[in-house]
This record gives sequence, C-alpha cells and structure tokens, in this order.
Amino acid sequence: MGKTLIEQIIQSHTHDEVAPGKIVWMDLDIRSARDFGGPNVVKNFEREYGDDSVKDKTKTFFTFDLCVPACTLKYADNQQMCRDFARKHGIKVFDVDQGIGSHVLIEEGLALAGTTVVGTDSHLNILGAVNCFGQGMGDVDITFAFKTGKTWFEVPETLRVKVDGTISSAASAKDLTLYILKRLGTQMAALKAVEFYGEAVKNLSLAGRITLCSMVTEMAGIIGFVTDVDENAAYADSVVLDVTGLTPQIAAPSSPENVFDVSEFKGTDIHSGFIGSCTNGRTEDFAAAARVLEGRKIKEGVMLKVVPATRSVYQDLLSQGILEILFSSGAIVSNPGCGGCAEGHIGLTGEGEVQISTGNRNFAGKQGKGQTYLASPEVVAASCVVGRIIGPEDL
Amino acid sequence: MTESSVSGKIIVLSDAKGHLIENIDTDQIFHNAHLHITEVDKMGTYAFGNLENWKDFPQKSSPGDILVVGRNFGAGSSRQQAVDCFECLQIGAILSPSFGAIYFRNAVNSGFPVLRSLELTQLVDEKKLETGDDIRMHFISGKAHISNKSLSFNILPMSDVQYEIYRAEGLYNYGKTWNQD
Repeated sequence: MGKTLIEQIIQSHTHDEVAPGKIVWMDLDIRSARDFGGPNVVKNFEREYGDDSVKDKTKTFFTFDLCVPACTLKYADNQQMCRDFARKHGIKVFDVDQGIGSHVLIEEGLALAGTTVVGTDSHLNILGAVNCFGQGMGDVDITFAFKTGKTWFEVPETLRVKVDGTISSAASAKDLTLYILKRLGTQMAALKAVEFYGEAVKNLSLAGRITLCSMVTEMAGIIGFVTDVDENAAYADSVVLDVTGLTPQIAAPSSPENVFDVSEFKGTDIHSGFIGSCTNGRTEDFAAAARVLEGRKIKEGVMLKVVPATRSVYQDLLSQGILEILFSSGAIVSNPGCGGCAEGHIGLTGEGEVQISTGNRNFAGKQGKGQTYLASPEVVAASCVVGRIIGPEDL
Repeated sequence: MTESSVSGKIIVLSDAKGHLIENIDTDQIFHNAHLHITEVDKMGTYAFGNLENWKDFPQKSSPGDILVVGRNFGAGSSRQQAVDCFECLQIGAILSPSFGAIYFRNAVNSGFPVLRSLELTQLVDEKKLETGDDIRMHFISGKAHISNKSLSFNILPMSDVQYEIYRAEGLYNYGKTWNQD
C-alpha cells in the first residue's frame, strides 16, 4: 500500500502508525513565531516554563512580518519582548526588515521538501509549494513546540485534484487558483491535504505554486502540494477539473470562493489596489504587474500599494528595473512584509472604499470598512490604470 | 477532576431567517485590529466585534452559555485570541457541524470544549434546537440531550487526545505529565 505525500512526511517524523484520522505525535523540524502570536508565545513560555531553555534554539525562529517596522506602540512593545526573549535564548530573529516569514523560511533553505515546519501564520501551509509540511498554529501550540519540538496532529485524508488543460495567455496562476477555489469551495478540501497534478499545474513556477498552495487555507484544507500522485495510495476523493481557455478571474466581496470571470465585473469603480501578500508577493508577480504598467500611469485619485514579500524580492525589483516602472506609474512601493492583508504597515480601507487586491482573503472588515475584490497582479494593475475593474487584455 | 460532560443554555448563532451562520472567520470573531492584545482577561469584550448583528454578544452572553454555530467556524487566521475571547466570557462550549482546522486545535489545546454534530444544521433549521434551550453534552458517549424538550441527538465523541488535554485543563499541563526524553 502506498502513502500520500502528507502521510509520507508525517510517517518520517513519528514512531506512531500513520493512517488518515489517526492522531500522532510528530517531530517538528522548524518552529517559528511572528510579531503576531510571538508575544503571546513569549508570555506563555515564561509563565509555563520559567527560565527553561527551548528544545533546540537552532530550530526555533522569530519572523516579524505583520506590522513592520512597528507602527503602533503596542506592536513596538511586542516585537521588543520577542527580541529580548530571543537574545536570552539564543534564537535567531528575522527582524522587521526581512519580510513575510513563510517566504523567508523558503529562501533561507529552512523549509525543505519532506520537513515539518510550524508557526503562528495560518498561511504557513504555503510551504506545500516546496513539498514541506508547513502548518499554521495558535500560540499555545507554538509555545509547546518551542519547549518540546513536538506536536499532536490528526493525519488528514488526502484529496487529489487533477487539473487538465491550458489556461488562456491573459490568465495567471492566481486565476487558476481562484478558479480551483470556486470549484472546490470550502467543503471539498475541508480538513484534507490536497495533491494537485495534471497539465495545468505541473509546470507552475515556484511563485505559481506558492499562489496555489497559499489559498488551500481558503479552501479550508490542511495543506496543498503540487506533486505526482501515488496510484497505490488511498485517496479520500478525486476531482478532475479542466481549465482550458480559462480567462482572468475575480473573487467578489466578501468571501474568497465567490469567484467569477473578470468580465462579469468589468467597469466596476475601484479606488485602490494592492499587489503583494504571501499569495502574490514574488518577483514574477511584480514583473507581471510591471508589464501592464510600463509606459502607463495609475489613474489620478486611485492608490496602488505594492508590497514585496521579502527583502530578496525587493532587491530583484531594484536590480531588474521593476521598481522603476512601478514607481513611475505612480504606485506606492513599501518595504517587505504582510501589509495590505490585515492591519499592518500600509493601511486599511475606509468606509465606501473599493479595493482590488492580490491578497487571499476578502472577508468583511478584514482590511477595514471597504470592500475587497481578489484578483491577479495583472488585473489589479490594469484596473488601477483605468479606475475600474478590467482585464489586462482589455486595457 | 473535570467533568466528562458540559451543560448550559444554548445561544444559536443564526441569521435573520433562523439558519446557522456558516464560515464565520476569525476576523469576525476577534478582529485583527486587536491582535496586539496578549491578556486573556481583556479579550472578551471583542468577541464577535466584527460579526454583523452579533456585536453585542459580550453583553448578551452569560457565563456557562453554550454556543451553537454554523459549519467551518473559525476559518481563517491562527489567532488564539479567537478562542481565548470565549474563555474570557466563560462560555461553556462551542458546538458546530465543523470547525476550521487551526481553530479546533487552538480550542483543544486550551482545554476548551469544542464539539461537533453532523445533525446540527437540520436540528436548527427545523427549530428543534433554539436559543435558551438547556443542553447537556457527553464527551465520551457522544450523546447530547435537550432537557426542556426531551430531545436527544448525537455529537462526535472527543478523541483520546482531545479528552486527555481537556482533563489536564490544557496542553501545557498535559505535556508536563510526559517523561521528557
């Protein structure tokens, strides 16, 4: 009997027998905490374990990415609390200059294929993009992981999703992702691992896999991988999708699976745009936006916020001339981090504001009182040029 | 020793038509604007602070109340505060057809009873389960009883791990019972 990828990874980290539905105790290769959740971890740790050391300081990290550099006194205090704890315990901090923790873990070679990584980030399952079992957890779990290097986990069932066909030239990995989310909703992948395979996903770049795997969270799944399926393994269910000719997609307020063809919302006024997030914050996402914006200006009165995922991406934007194009078009380019998806360092939407975003969530109130549409970098860039929702091919 | 059941008055989180509200995410439960708060005793006041028509929940609920909610409750962020805020209000338990994966773990680890029933949506739709009903739920047998209506239905029994962590009153105490290698 074969094993699905999640079963293989978990089995290599536990002495317990691995089978779907079974709860096992699993060794964790990397445990991390952000400036959100991290301060709670520090407080929990000191309350529960006093001056005890963490299980292994070389496997324990802080990654600051939510409010970077701190824009409120409380975040400044919280980050400093984590830094003090880190110094005391000899833990490395990827500080406020470094960008989104999950991406930093990939770039630094800490999240590797076949390893297990946890942290206080619900999109840490993004690490499925490199066949790593990443999992977001709350601060109690992470405190316990800092101390013991272990966690309990219910082995999920695996859903396999074959994605056939070739998307249209105007569509991107984000459109593919939104379409898959539309089809799977929040039920079909709920509490399952997902293995994506087939023509439409097998050649996705790392950035494309990151986009797809990041939104398995919005499908209510545990994690997604792009992998070859094991015909001898037991899958809970199989889905086959055909994306031939898929055109740009958009998720309308206020849920990510509320997905339509962009053409259905063409002409809807927007006031602001955001390109970035763990879902669309890689160099090729900004390069795609730059191809739309080169030689064009963002419409007067429209604000486009751009946030690279990491410092390394930021450097690419500089060295490849992408930053120049974005700047010249009128975009606001900030330092790397999670800004744009939650209350962080680049602001929120006001009442009546309509935003188009490359993020992964558009729940009511998440980014403020305005409304949020989710789309690809190309669609966001094009929409900001005309101040209305539009696909790049119609610009 | 802690009980192997929980009882209390039900609050059904329903919409205007009386159906369970589904997919309530962590930003509706405990908005990201308050994530900097690290003290549990200050979190209750923000519970459902971003859920339309339920923003007065902290005033409406009483200690020991049991929340009945729609499927995929607690989708979204990993924030522990979305569990802690209910502990702060001394909510007795949350019953749902299903929970977001991280949310469920967070509650289990806090020793807070989160219970699932596949019959729940229908029971609410048929108004067999209503706000104000008195419920008792048994963690091991998986039986639930509404005493004021002589109604019984099934919940999913707690797993061994969930029940052991619950009995230890949280993951930390549970872990301290281990022989650390």
